[in-house]
Amino acid sequence: MRKKWSGLFLMGLTAAAVLTGCGGGGSKKLPSADMSKEGKVINVCLYQEDTKNLVNKYYSEVQEVSEDGEDTILKDGTKIHWIINGSEVFQTKLDEMLKKQDTVAADDRIDIIDLEGDYVKKYLESGVCVPLSDIGITDDDLKNQYPNAKEVVTVDGKVCGVATGISPGLFAYRRSIAKDVLGTDDPDKVQEALADWTKFDEVAQKAKDKGYYMLSGFADAYRVFSNNMAGPWVSDNKTVKIDPAIMQWIEMTKKYTDAGYNHKTTNVFTEDWMKDQSAEGKVFGFFYSTWGINFTLVGNAGKEGFGDWAVCKGPKPFYWGASWLVAAKNTDNPKHIKEIFELLSCDRDTMKKIAVDTMTFVNNTEVMNEIAEDPNSGLDFLGGQNHIALFSEVAPTINYNNICAYDQGCTLDIIYSFGDYFLGNISLDEAKKAFETAIKERYPNLTDIVWPD
Amino acid sequence: MTKKRKEKKKKQRYYRKWGYIFTLPFFIGFFVFFFVPLASTVFYSFYEYYMVGLMEVGPNYVGFDNYISLLQTELPKYALNTLILWLGGFVPQIIISLLLASWFTDARLVVHGAKFFRVIIYMPGMIMASAWAMMFFTLFSNAGPINSLLMTLGVVKKPVAFMSSVLGTRILICFMMFLINLGNSTILLIATIMELDLDMYESARIDGCSHGQAFRKVVVPLLSPVLSYIVITSMVSGIQMFDLPQILTDGQGSPNRTSMTLIMYLNRHLLGNNYGLAGALSVYIFIVSAILCFFIYRILNKKEE
Repeated sequence: MRKKWSGLFLMGLTAAAVLTGCGGGGSKKLPSADMSKEGKVINVCLYQEDTKNLVNKYYSEVQEVSEDGEDTILKDGTKIHWIINGSEVFQTKLDEMLKKQDTVAADDRIDIIDLEGDYVKKYLESGVCVPLSDIGITDDDLKNQYPNAKEVVTVDGKVCGVATGISPGLFAYRRSIAKDVLGTDDPDKVQEALADWTKFDEVAQKAKDKGYYMLSGFADAYRVFSNNMAGPWVSDNKTVKIDPAIMQWIEMTKKYTDAGYNHKTTNVFTEDWMKDQSAEGKVFGFFYSTWGINFTLVGNAGKEGFGDWAVCKGPKPFYWGASWLVAAKNTDNPKHIKEIFELLSCDRDTMKKIAVDTMTFVNNTEVMNEIAEDPNSGLDFLGGQNHIALFSEVAPTINYNNICAYDQGCTLDIIYSFGDYFLGNISLDEAKKAFETAIKERYPNLTDIVWPD
Repeated sequence: MTKKRKEKKKKQRYYRKWGYIFTLPFFIGFFVFFFVPLASTVFYSFYEYYMVGLMEVGPNYVGFDNYISLLQTELPKYALNTLILWLGGFVPQIIISLLLASWFTDARLVVHGAKFFRVIIYMPGMIMASAWAMMFFTLFSNAGPINSLLMTLGVVKKPVAFMSSVLGTRILICFMMFLINLGNSTILLIATIMELDLDMYESARIDGCSHGQAFRKVVVPLLSPVLSYIVITSMVSGIQMFDLPQILTDGQGSPNRTSMTLIMYLNRHLLGNNYGLAGALSVYIFIVSAILCFFIYRILNKKEE
């Protein structure tokens, strides 16, 4: 008897153990850096290793990198400590650390944070990000950056972060399928055929007739619509406004699923979705941004895919994946932060090197235009096509204005909630209700959900 | 004499003290890591208390509001899902376990390589549940090996979307549960049967009972303490079911939340850092599991009396 009760007791307790938490709030006022003296440890929070690799490779002050890769020692003895948490847990861990930011020793404070577009607003609005002018970076230093990427992180007229890379999106298509369906694989002609959604649908029907799929699944075109919304998901911390653009995505995806224009993969980055990009795939194309084409697609397509892909702008400009480096409030390393930020987002020569070596689309209009005009900067994978030229046409037209603090949750929940609707398991109203339930669970403060008429 | 006795008593007391001292670390750990969080869970279940980003709301006392608002959600559906998934795994598990135990312990039915098979049966339980879920997710995906196999064999023409159908997803989860737990209960039953005094079983066989009859009428009743142990532990882990459906459905309980268990629902609220509502849900789960356990314990122990 006792065993049973203690078993039960422990079970309840285990669930309970997760629930302990306490917190601190954030202020709306712009935070400041601790300028009194330069600390000995720079703590950098990242969701992936890119920034670390760039600093280790291009920062001239680097003395050595520790064996486990967690620390980089600079020539003046300062240590850069890399704290890397994957996207899944990044915010949870960061929030825990930020709560202690005001109380821990200077060398334990977070100094630099890498924030993705889906949640950069959350931290800007919480007063975590120090204005660049406070650490000595002037507007003149930032003059070559893409203005739209600067605008997002501007609070009260002050720029509070730097994007090291820009991620304009393109439509990557298979040349062999394009030839079969449209009779040409020339990027200009394909673009002409896919210039708007109506034309895109027509090509989808033609592709289906030939036994191909136009897109892989439900989430493929999502970002092309969500980046073109008229307003943010949430603007008053209370009401979720579903934009007509999102309804268009739902309508289109339902149509594509019912008509057999897509391969019914439930989300991007699933096993089935990546397989659709391999040699056996029968999908016409994928909406992808810079990193997606240079790294993900190249990897998924494999050797057989070399030369069989090309890119065009597609029906609408979009981006996928943007991130900003920010200086955290109370940081005690303003001088080093200034150097690192300038190196990765202002220094023309270094940025050119980064762009050429790593194929990153760096945040420098001059550098990228130069590469775009260079006839030698084609990519073998794309059959020699100069994709940078197209990317740099799209980059200035990206609209970051509707980024809000709730983007990540809204994106995840709308894609998942409507999956069953696309498959025909539930009705449109049931799917709407499923989204409402999910979003209210995720953000308890969002109580009203408004659907467009 | 009396003095001696007193001394002896003193010594006894002295020894007794050590018992408490040695168990103290457990109780300190229990208090700090279990009792305090439990108490705070119950405490916060009466408060509106959540975090959105770095913004903290509450704690504001709201009485039973959290409990009431949970009843207006699809909570009963998730409870039913949990029950279905548990039964779907447990019923075949206990039947097959008994069957295997009966075969392995039947003196007249000599199973060759019994030890080998026992190890094989136990092996699935040694793999992490999360690894199972990942493996099944890949195996049964639309472009996965199972679909390729079925198509190559000509069983189906188009890939079967196992995880898009309610039945498919539930069967996959139940099957994994079955595989993971089968070994444990089989070994436990075999060990218990081998410990039993089987005179009655032998005499029943001599009187003309078949093995099956003797097993059902003689051995199974003798096994009831172990069976009740298996039912209770399985039920407790059934109510806690989380990792298999969570990973298989990417936390969504898809399709349309028909494989969302109670703890997965709890996890949804933890995702929203909603300590108040999650606390209330935990208290519900606690009460329900206590009641269920009480009944099953009563039913299983009645026979013995």
